[in-house]
Amino acid sequence: MDYGLMQRVFPFFLEAAWTTITLSVLTAALGLACAILGTSARLSRFALFRFLGATYVSLFRGTPALIQLFILYFGGPQIGIQLDAFAAGVIGLGVNVGAYMTETMRGAIIAVDRGQGEAARTLGMSRWQAMCNVILPQAMRLMIRPLGVNINALIKSTALVAAISVVELTYTAQRYIGSTYKPFEMFLIAGLLYMIIIYVVGQGISWADRKARLN
Amino acid sequence: MSQQKPFIDIRHAKKSFGTLEVLKDISLQVERGQIVAIIGPSGSGKSTLLRAINDLDPLTGGEIWLEDKQINKSLPHRQYEKHINEVRQEIGMVFQHFNLFPHLRVRENVTLAPKMLKGLSDAEANALAEEQLTKVGMIERIDYYPSQLSGGQKQRVAIARALAMKPKVMLFDEATSALDPELVEEVNLVMKRLAEEHMTMIIVTHEMGFAESVCDRVLFMDQGVVVEEGPPEVIFRNPKNERTQNFLRKHLAGHKA
Ligand SMILES: Nc1ncnc2c1ncn2[C@@H]1O[C@H](COP(=O)(O)OP(=O)(O)OP(=O)(O)O)[C@@H](O)[C@H]1O
Ligand SMILES: [Mg+2]
Repeated sequence: MDYGLMQRVFPFFLEAAWTTITLSVLTAALGLACAILGTSARLSRFALFRFLGATYVSLFRGTPALIQLFILYFGGPQIGIQLDAFAAGVIGLGVNVGAYMTETMRGAIIAVDRGQGEAARTLGMSRWQAMCNVILPQAMRLMIRPLGVNINALIKSTALVAAISVVELTYTAQRYIGSTYKPFEMFLIAGLLYMIIIYVVGQGISWADRKARLN
Repeated sequence: MSQQKPFIDIRHAKKSFGTLEVLKDISLQVERGQIVAIIGPSGSGKSTLLRAINDLDPLTGGEIWLEDKQINKSLPHRQYEKHINEVRQEIGMVFQHFNLFPHLRVRENVTLAPKMLKGLSDAEANALAEEQLTKVGMIERIDYYPSQLSGGQKQRVAIARALAMKPKVMLFDEATSALDPELVEEVNLVMKRLAEEHMTMIIVTHEMGFAESVCDRVLFMDQGVVVEEGPPEVIFRNPKNERTQNFLRKHLAGHKA
């Protein structure tokens, strides 16, 4: 192993890791926003919204994220959507992970005992009041861990945006392999940095989950 | 005196789940302060009838009135929601499985709805919670979470939560069926105290002894109809209908076995 080379390129990998982190954070935020909309639609009392929500989920979970990215980035200009690679990455992955998160949130909400909503409604609360004060606080606890799984998958899937040349970890590794012919070292550094990011995020999610369960 | 309208008036209540007819033309009038027990075999429609009263399981036919208000009105969605949320504030309901809010302490379980729906201040709501929890003997547990309580304690808190809305009627759906036998009495005592205060109550129960001691009237339901009704001493000691006799005999045998 060429440790000297690894040391020399490491700062550039750190910079790329920062891009991966930014990309992950923005994607997760967009994903959560999409999931809130998607969940509201799936639980709506209007059939049209339920249909739209279900279609969103099955469309984005039923096709490879890479194809979705390609359609957006390469196909977009053809229909007048011109995005730089980073924006296309955030939007493509965010909308994609939003579909998974929609199912997570919906699952957590319907996992709350039916009697809870009934008790709230019986006291005279509206559907909305019962949702906000009784069901959601309980569902939140149930959704932290599975949302963590979605976020873990999302961080790993940011590697896909290398294919549309966003300069993040995977792309950077590929670029240095092109000039150094040392794939083992380069992918090792990238893998290590991914592992650190995922470990830290995982710890954060476990902490949040424990804290939510405390009472 | 002119003839008074009944306090609760159930007229020709019908309910089907799909093709299954669960309530077949049930009529029932309850006077203010009256305590009515509903007994009957499993699946006879007791819960469905009780849940129809606050429209949790809306009827497919018939009318339910509370004083001069029809409960199961058909209205446009928004108006219906407003109407039913107002009506439900006047009808307390106690469930077999308590359904306390596990993420809230006992205090907040009781204060949540009054604060939200009646605009009580924190101080007012706290005073109310303390009053109601004292009444059910749970004041020492006011800062506990439901998970830290026994079944009987949970049910007493659930009763306090319902009472905090100052309902005109209390509905009990097998309030003690999920309890260990030694915890039944503490809940029964609370219900007896409510009876002494002349709370109007409809009680679905499998406890014939309790029903006999607190109720003014007993309804025996089977297969979606009221088979027989009358004062407890008649229904329990001298039922006229053969189905009632059979049910009570089986029930007593079951208890002795
Ligand atoms: N939501 C529902 N959908 C379909 N069928 C239902 C529903 N709720 C109740 N039923 C059916 O209606 C019938 C009456 O049910 P109900 O719960 O009112 O009986 P019950 O007298 O309360 O019985 P138990 O003593 O076991 O509580 C049963 O056959 C039950 O299976
Ligand atoms: Mg029942």
